[in-house]
Amino acid sequence: MAGDTDALLPGMLAGIAALTLLAAAFALALALVARRLPAGESQLVEDIDALLPQTQCAQCGYPGCRPYAEAMVSRDAAINLCPPGGETTVRRLAQQLGRDILPLAAVTTATRQVAVIDESRCIGCLHCRQACPVDAIVGAANCMHTVIAAECTGCELCIAPCPVDCIDLRPHP
Amino acid sequence: MTAPTYDLGPLHGGLRLEANKDSATVSGLCAMPVPARIVLPLAQHVGDPAEPVIGIGEPVLRGQMIATSTGALSAPVHASTSGRIVALEPWPVARRQGEPGPCIVIESDGEDRAISAAAIDYRELSREALIALLLEGGIVGLGGAAFPTAQKLGQAHTVPIEMLILNGVECEPWISCDDLLMRERASAVVGGAQMLLAALAVERCCIAVESDKPTARQRLADALGAAGDERLTLKPVPTIYPSGAEDQLVGLVTQREVPSGGLPIDSGCLVHNVGTAAAVYDWVQNREPLISRITTVTGPGVKRPMNVVTRLGTTVADLVAYTGGYTDRARVLVIGGSMTGRSMSTDRVPIVKASNCVLVLDQTAARGPVLPCIRCGECASVCPIRLLPQQLYWYASADDEARLRGYGLTDCIECGCCDLVCPSQLALTSTFRFAKGRLHELQDRQARAERARRRFAARGDRLKRDAEQQKRELERQKTRAKTLGKDAITAIMHRKRGKPEDPKR
Repeated sequence: MAGDTDALLPGMLAGIAALTLLAAAFALALALVARRLPAGESQLVEDIDALLPQTQCAQCGYPGCRPYAEAMVSRDAAINLCPPGGETTVRRLAQQLGRDILPLAAVTTATRQVAVIDESRCIGCLHCRQACPVDAIVGAANCMHTVIAAECTGCELCIAPCPVDCIDLRPHP
Repeated sequence: MTAPTYDLGPLHGGLRLEANKDSATVSGLCAMPVPARIVLPLAQHVGDPAEPVIGIGEPVLRGQMIATSTGALSAPVHASTSGRIVALEPWPVARRQGEPGPCIVIESDGEDRAISAAAIDYRELSREALIALLLEGGIVGLGGAAFPTAQKLGQAHTVPIEMLILNGVECEPWISCDDLLMRERASAVVGGAQMLLAALAVERCCIAVESDKPTARQRLADALGAAGDERLTLKPVPTIYPSGAEDQLVGLVTQREVPSGGLPIDSGCLVHNVGTAAAVYDWVQNREPLISRITTVTGPGVKRPMNVVTRLGTTVADLVAYTGGYTDRARVLVIGGSMTGRSMSTDRVPIVKASNCVLVLDQTAARGPVLPCIRCGECASVCPIRLLPQQLYWYASADDEARLRGYGLTDCIECGCCDLVCPSQLALTSTFRFAKGRLHELQDRQARAERARRRFAARGDRLKRDAEQQKRELERQKTRAKTLGKDAITAIMHRKRGKPEDPKR
């Protein structure tokens, strides 16, 4: 019997050594890969951002669609905070993030709207231009401002800062 | 009305429809006298509407350009008689099913004087010059889609073309304007085909005519014999709806399939209607731009069905009155055929370049109650595009954008075959038409969102850049202050406050 164990020992050792080496090699490879590809998080943010309507209206409480997307990925922000996206967006977000579908927190009009500046009343204060998240308002200090209708997302962010109340939201023509 | 079982080569599905063409083809072509008032819409073609180049009150001559083409895809509009411009105003138009669109209104002076144009020999023109000439003549496809002919020919510059196909199939069951044109003006069709060949620099032309038009085929054969041009051949195609659809015709003639989302040029072919060829001939040879067309007036709702050479801008009401008026049974007015035409809300709409048929029906299509889909699959067996209408119907009802695209909704040609065979009376084609509009809208929204995303990111970058620059400027001022020393700073601050400098210094 003793002779048998002696005969088996070198083979066993060789096997253990081979497996250990193999495990070490895989561990090294995995560690390298993990270092090279820092999580799929940035890609996930991109994907989530692509599902949002890009109105940049900040109704979700974040300063734009991308910050909201980041918050949903990293800080567990609720997925039902985007009124312009509507229920379709909530459904898609739930699917992408593997969460439950929630009813929308608030509802806005479904039709596409654009901001219109009443140019006869505009005093050229630049406040609306600075508030516009997509740079869709043009104008210089003390000169009349106007909205580039094709670029306006209808976010309403320019309305509150206007000191003379000369901006209205109208349905897109 | 059953799906055919005989071999049609690459043509799938389709229907043998009961033809109703005889009533309008018994009499020959009649030319309608010029009406007192002509209404010419600015958008008679696919693409950007033409832009008026005349003012109200100005006199015009027949054939004078009154609106010019704008943009990359457009065609000009010419006055179809002599007279005076009385208005530029919204008027019911066929493109919008009777809703108003911008139009030029001409009051005819009854003299019908033509503008003079120099004779041209097209053989001496370069390809580019000939195509530019066709654009100037306001020629658009007369088969129904009204795609500007010059721009269609221009496509051929990008892809090599082997064959020009002239479409004389006219598979819609009521329309016979192309049939009459081929019977009575076969030599103009052949002449126009030669001009189109010159504009394309192509050596083969195939004139496709449906097998149920023996007279037209005979006249064309005679005209071809007289022309003695070996490049042109006549090809009979089976009488089956919708063999006259562009892609289906390419398949029938060349045995090649036009790729999904592609154009016939991707199969080496260019398809033009026979009416377009005749219009090209009239413009290049007779120097008359596209100011009239043959329109079929037919259906149980008109007293005397016939084919009329109509000046563009004649209202449907005037045209029907000329043919003898409506019968007591007239209920529905359709512009175009019974399969692909659109019903109009008023007969005040003018005849335009695309108006091949005025169809007055006695009742709306008799449909029973709409029942649920029973998945019989009849619609799929007749669909000439090999789509699955019943699946598309589900996905359109569910507004499932991804699946609608995946199942090829955008390839639907809205021929209406599935509607006719559906035992549940589902309005499939109109559902698809609506769903296509919806897909378009979603695509548009997606594009806008993408632009907004980029602009938002660009603004973020700019704000960051500005902040950094401000910080750098502050740094710079700080280091400068340090190098200047305390006295200099006090001096600067005094100066800023507008006080005189310290007298001690």
